[in-house]
Amino acid sequence: MSLSDDLYRETILDHYHHPRNQGVIEHPTVKVEGVNPLCGDEVTLYINVNNKTIDDVKIHGKGCSINTASGSIMSDLIKGKSVEEASKTIELFKSMMLTKGVEVEIPEELEDLECLQGVKKYPVRIKCALLPWNTLAEGLKTAETKAGQFVHFETNGDHELGRVVVNGG
Amino acid sequence: MFDTKKVREDFPILSRKVNGQTLVYLDNAATSQKPIQVIDAISQYYKEYNANIHRGLHTLSEEATIAYEDVREKIAKFIGARETNSVIFTRNTTEAINLVAHSWGRHNILPGDQIVLSAMEHHSNLVPWQMLAKDRQANLAFIELTADGQLDMESAKKVIGSPRTKLVCINHMSNALGTINPVAEIAKLARSQGATVLIDAAQSVPHLPTSVQEIDCDFLAFSFHKMLGPTGVGVLWGKPELLEAMPPFLGGGDMISAVWRDRATYNELPWKFEAGTPNIADVIASGVAIDYLQNLGMENVRAHEIELTEYALKKFTTLNDVVIYGPPNAKDRGGVISFNFAQVHPHDLGQILNESGIAIRAGHHCCQPLMRDLNVSGTARASFYIYNTKEEVDLLMAALEEANKVMGHVAFR
Ligand SMILES: Cc1ncc(COP(=O)(O)O)c(C=O)c1O
Repeated sequence: MSLSDDLYRETILDHYHHPRNQGVIEHPTVKVEGVNPLCGDEVTLYINVNNKTIDDVKIHGKGCSINTASGSIMSDLIKGKSVEEASKTIELFKSMMLTKGVEVEIPEELEDLECLQGVKKYPVRIKCALLPWNTLAEGLKTAETKAGQFVHFETNGDHELGRVVVNGG
Repeated sequence: MFDTKKVREDFPILSRKVNGQTLVYLDNAATSQKPIQVIDAISQYYKEYNANIHRGLHTLSEEATIAYEDVREKIAKFIGARETNSVIFTRNTTEAINLVAHSWGRHNILPGDQIVLSAMEHHSNLVPWQMLAKDRQANLAFIELTADGQLDMESAKKVIGSPRTKLVCINHMSNALGTINPVAEIAKLARSQGATVLIDAAQSVPHLPTSVQEIDCDFLAFSFHKMLGPTGVGVLWGKPELLEAMPPFLGGGDMISAVWRDRATYNELPWKFEAGTPNIADVIASGVAIDYLQNLGMENVRAHEIELTEYALKKFTTLNDVVIYGPPNAKDRGGVISFNFAQVHPHDLGQILNESGIAIRAGHHCCQPLMRDLNVSGTARASFYIYNTKEEVDLLMAALEEANKVMGHVAFR
């Protein structure tokens, strides 16, 4: 198996070619736009939160296969989950991507995340996989504090580089 | 014309393997590889005459000083400059441009003045001017591009023609599009407005015969790491009368003449702009890079790249679903091919090609505003130099086919 077969596993390619939950929500609880200015990847998430549950999520993005697949898998996993569960999943995913060397144990219900472990072998691509998740974390935080309906933020994967909040409270 | 096979023998890195395949290095617009002669010159300096320059009275210092200053003379000849003291060593193109922005710009740009750039400038020839404009309450204006990525000369006339135009800063060859710009014509337009002209020659001096007299510019900047030399050496060439009138950029040793507790007088050109111990070893090795290019002949370097680029452009047209940016004719461009292929994201392409040992660049090429204008997040870019071959272009084509398979598209006819 060549390196690219390894990176571009079937699950990743499936989500890349048929990304889930694509589109927009007209009046979302929060709309978050995450940008990685260094590579130009962009993800916009529309999230509806009701009674601390993520009722609906739509995603719209422009990025590489890893970025698109990661966002698609994420949207599938968090839709219908409580904000708390989603936050835990974000933490799990980030620790999976950022823990060097060891493979992180993934519970069965989140096994779709497994295919993204391969990205760890390509350090420059980790930020591509992380962008949708950092964007989600930002969105959930904003939804919780009702700080705004629209957030734009820029990140290089590890660090926030800038942010704009519109309709801030 | 030179023998590419022979040239390749001078580049040890070209025989290394990447992912089990012989390296195909097509990222020359980012930095070139170095011939053994350049690599040896660095170690020879450290082994045989390492010393600080301009100060010691001992043999080593004299030898090092002569070797260092000889390179200045070679550079002056190489770029058609009349005076050797108009060649200033910097770290790179970026530092050379910043030197002008600080030293010339902060004393000559007034509130309301206009600085003219083009829509295809490298961040190096954009951000320093943004900073200067903000500092001096000046304005930036941009020459727009035609659909095939050339300067729109109507737009150039209009923008440069403003009575507030004080400075025009243009790249000679675009690292993102490959376009070779009519810099002499632009300089003429600028001159008729009494404006000063800076040419970002980071891509042209390595690949085209370049003469500051023919262009008739005021400043010209380039980097040796893109022309067979080591990293850490750049050049600012400037018209002596402008350089004379400019205040120093950095203060410290070497740039002074006499120093008191409370003041100093400054050294003459070019040392006024070279504060502190310079990059002696790499400057000396840069002289060897010039020798190497002159041996081949810059006309021949250019002819070789036109031939390769023509060949590659033809091969690219056999692909389905490929977009090539920049002028269609190889004679209007350098050996740079920026493209997008089969909707495969450039980062995916770059990574898959790497598995075949092929190094290309993928991304915004330090030209984010241009990428925004083109409405792409980035492009893939193959760029050639003296050691590249048609066989390597064929390998690139085969690897693109492979990438297309991996990503599950069928774009080949
Ligand atoms: C057109 C152009 N200008 C400026 C630069 C900056 O050169 P350096 O990084 O050596 O300062 C580059 C190099 O990427 C370039 O291609």
